[in-house]
Amino acid sequence: MSTPSKVSIDAVGKVFGEGEREFLAIDRIDLEVPTNQFVSIVGTSGCGKSTLLNMVGGLAEPTFGDIRIDGRPVTGPGRDRGFVFQGYSLFEWLTVEGNIRFALEKSQLSKAEKAELVRHYVQAVGLMGFETAFPRQLSGGMRQRVAIARALVYRPSLLLMDEPFGALDAQTRGMMQELLLKVWEEHKVTVLFVTHDVDEAVFLADRVVVLASRPGRLKRDLAVPLDRPRRYDVVTSPEFTALKRTILADIREETLKVMALDPA
Amino acid sequence: MPNRPTVAEEAAHGRADRRKAEKRAGLFRLREPIPDSIFTSAGFVVPALIVLVWLAVTALGLVRPLFLPSPLAIVEEAWRQASTGILFSDAAVSTYRIMVGWATATVLAVPIGILMGNFRIFEGALEPLISTVRYMPVVALIPLSILWAGIGDEQKILILFLGTFFQMALMIMDNVKTIDINLIRAGQTLGFSNAEILRRIILPAALPGIWDTFRITVGWTWTYLVVAELVAAQTGLGRRIMDAQRYLATDTIIFGALFIGLLGLITDYLFKRFGRALFRWTADR
Repeated sequence: MSTPSKVSIDAVGKVFGEGEREFLAIDRIDLEVPTNQFVSIVGTSGCGKSTLLNMVGGLAEPTFGDIRIDGRPVTGPGRDRGFVFQGYSLFEWLTVEGNIRFALEKSQLSKAEKAELVRHYVQAVGLMGFETAFPRQLSGGMRQRVAIARALVYRPSLLLMDEPFGALDAQTRGMMQELLLKVWEEHKVTVLFVTHDVDEAVFLADRVVVLASRPGRLKRDLAVPLDRPRRYDVVTSPEFTALKRTILADIREETLKVMALDPA
Repeated sequence: MPNRPTVAEEAAHGRADRRKAEKRAGLFRLREPIPDSIFTSAGFVVPALIVLVWLAVTALGLVRPLFLPSPLAIVEEAWRQASTGILFSDAAVSTYRIMVGWATATVLAVPIGILMGNFRIFEGALEPLISTVRYMPVVALIPLSILWAGIGDEQKILILFLGTFFQMALMIMDNVKTIDINLIRAGQTLGFSNAEILRRIILPAALPGIWDTFRITVGWTWTYLVVAELVAAQTGLGRRIMDAQRYLATDTIIFGALFIGLLGLITDYLFKRFGRALFRWTADR
């Protein structure tokens, strides 16, 4: 018997709007994600990838189908999941430490244990020396490190990332991808990572899921058989390029389809 | 090759050249920065010019003092009011009315604005009403305010309240609404209840914006002061101006208006200073 999935998405669909303006954003997506797998979800804008992530996070409700985590249906947001958003979304009135500690408030740990966890994650994301800085004083990459530490510190078993590096410049983004992989190797969790950057999707993931647009459907489910730990230069390998070519072709096809639907 | 300039010399030369070019182009380059000293002093030059023209016009007798008294007459009037103490008793009464009127508006507008900004049902129920009522001319409500609140301080406070409350409620709704929705989502993911999210996430996130609304609305109450003290007031800065109208005391009118403006400016400045101290984390770097 196979092990039960960490996340199981079963014929999930989402309808937005009412009456005449009603439209189908996601049409019956099925997806099984095993424990500790790193899954990238890519697709053109408007393919429903963020909506799908929000539904797994319990921040939006599926119109039909159901989503289970560890076999239990999702009924709302919860501490078994961590969320990292594109816009950092830090508590700006709290320091770096304060932001990370805030995530531990609902936990039963002792004060000393919490302090130790905060210290550990500050170190894991390389923010030593910035513990008492406020988010406004940090660069984009550093802010997103705080967000990652905040999402991991309470040890959720599922990490949901919605284009977390989308607002960063190319160099910072590359460094953040490596940092994320390093942290993930050390603190294994299941990851659903939404992005529109194909390189990023392949570089990070064990598996890339490509969504079709209007409505969002599963277009391709592709294993990424690249060795781990991965080095930054894996992106120049022929295996990487082959995977990238397949995904790029899929996305191009979807983009052309969408452009034909509503020419700009 | 002794006479060949070093890289450093070349660079220094280049800098000097550029500085010269900048000077030539002067202060009128599109969107280009100008020296801070010039920027700041320009702000004093314009009012000073206005006062100079004013002085000249009155000294040359081009306008009758009844229409425009000389700036010196204004200073004299200021001295008269200050030395006899009316200025301070007027200011105290007016400040009291403004504080109470504004505070009452705030005490109601903050919770209502927060509810409207967070719960669609409150927004749906109250926003259309408030948006309509806020365009009611407050001056037109003076007769009603007398009928309801009499001719004492309560009536003045009611006018100041009516002039502030509706706008403030809408502005606070906006302050609350414009915070990053993902902060709320993060709070939900972290297991916080609605009440906790409201108190520990939404409120601190919206507070700098709310504070700015306080600053702006308290400034408005100063501009409403004359309207509030239009009827049946014995004292107050606004009253003094209305009385002066009866005696055509133009100098009192001009000084009164300037003084109310000055108090408004000081309030604004104090709010800004306190805001910076309260919300240190909003400072970049």
